[in-house]
Amino acid sequence: MELTPEEQSILGGGRGEAARRAIEYQIEVGRFWGAKRFVPVTNVHMMGDIEVMGDAGLEFLANEVRQSARCVVPTTTNARCIDFAHCERLGQDAGEANKERQLIAALRRMDVITTDTCINYQTAYQPHLGEHVAWGDTGTVIYANSVFGARSNFEAGPAALAAAITGRTPAYGFHLPENRRGSFTVELKAELADLADWGAVGKLVGESHQSYYAVPVFHGYRRTPTADELKHLGAALASYGSMAMFHFVGVTPEAPSIGAAMGGVSAFERMVVSDSDLESVYKNCKLGDGDARLVVFSGPQQSLFEMKSLGALFEGRKISAGTTCIVTTNSAILRQSRDLGYAQALEAAGVTILEGVCFYILQNLSPMREKNRWTNMVSNSAKIVNIIGAHRFNTILRRTADCVEIACSGMLK
Amino acid sequence: MIQVSRAFGPVVEGEAVVSEEGFSPRYDLDRWTGVITKPGHKLEGTSIVDKICFFPTAKGGIAAGWAFYDIKWKKIAPKAFIFGVTNPVMVQGAIFAGIPITEGWQPHPRGVVKTGDWVRVDPANRRIEILPRP
Repeated sequence: MELTPEEQSILGGGRGEAARRAIEYQIEVGRFWGAKRFVPVTNVHMMGDIEVMGDAGLEFLANEVRQSARCVVPTTTNARCIDFAHCERLGQDAGEANKERQLIAALRRMDVITTDTCINYQTAYQPHLGEHVAWGDTGTVIYANSVFGARSNFEAGPAALAAAITGRTPAYGFHLPENRRGSFTVELKAELADLADWGAVGKLVGESHQSYYAVPVFHGYRRTPTADELKHLGAALASYGSMAMFHFVGVTPEAPSIGAAMGGVSAFERMVVSDSDLESVYKNCKLGDGDARLVVFSGPQQSLFEMKSLGALFEGRKISAGTTCIVTTNSAILRQSRDLGYAQALEAAGVTILEGVCFYILQNLSPMREKNRWTNMVSNSAKIVNIIGAHRFNTILRRTADCVEIACSGMLK
Repeated sequence: MIQVSRAFGPVVEGEAVVSEEGFSPRYDLDRWTGVITKPGHKLEGTSIVDKICFFPTAKGGIAAGWAFYDIKWKKIAPKAFIFGVTNPVMVQGAIFAGIPITEGWQPHPRGVVKTGDWVRVDPANRRIEILPRP
């Protein structure tokens, strides 16, 4: 890689040992991908919590603090694994909660802004067209690349932290214009009336085209999609397809037309998604033993609009005895939801609202599943339905109102 | 012999585990035992500890970055990851943890290497060899 004088200075230890190790690591990653140079980044979003980092990661962070590591660009954190207000009731481990507190303290000493959200793009920072950032949580990356036209690769926790410390990232993947062209088209003939439908589209398109460098170009949809709809679409594409970018003709900034999005290429695969395709996604969810005692609205965290919508659906209702219904969001949205009464409507129905976490990364989730004898998990998020598999849940995707009905009736359908 | 397109890490030898399905350490793996536990995964019940793992694709998952470091520290990491197509997270995570990783293969491992074979991964020369069992 070609290094600027500043980068050579960092590599020579001019900014301290933590920065030297960070850039050395970034050079190794850049070399793997054939990056020729670094690009400066303006914003970093990193994943870092005790469930994913473990004792090894905590020790790594403690060492970073000892070596005076500091973020040189604004750096926020992704959803974490413990909501301290609920951890005892959920049966989470007190020792791990203490480690989580140490971990948060270490991040703050490095000047990390612990927002604890996977919807930073809806609440914390909205990069502009062409802006280079280093974000982690795949859902945040695909939203940044696609909807904002910003430029980021998937940056794992250590890679994002390295970018925060050096203020740059290797220029490969979606930082380069040639990788941002569409690779196939998807005509949306389906109505897509519910957020779960958008996630189901992401599943259909992602599962059949698994590749980081596959960039679907959506077209033919007759309405302007909302931010939450694009969020569920992107999160599912990233989850099922490992994809980091999509275009949506007439909606996303690099897709004024199919031709522009495809970069002038005229021979490409054309996919169509219809209502019957979506119905097959729902129909193909196996109901297992029929257990309907866990309904989750999470992955990604709920926006203010989703909180409002859920509040209205649960208003005046009660979840079924023995059922657990969990909603996760971030602290800013929860505060607004309380001010506006949405949170109270949910809690009056018996819904548990968790703050700053995502359900699938909750510390101790497998033992929690066993203790509660949960076998199925019902959700309107195609992403979480996909990613929770290692915890041995059978997962069932349902539309939002159907999820609410299942939570209140205790009956699967 | 298999040629790979990109590679990182020192030379390693070990027993191959060949998967027809992609992989994520978050979606598919029990990170306390090193066993693939996702129901229905084609390698469900298989341990990847100390193995040289062939996966056609990588699945989602930013958390792989820390997960690889975590499983290496717990001594349940594989010896190497051999991907047909991977994503940056897997590479960032493997490099951070010091686990050899490669991407791209010629020819396709199907028909060349099977689970249980003894293989040698030589990242510097972008080469994987099938050896007689020691």
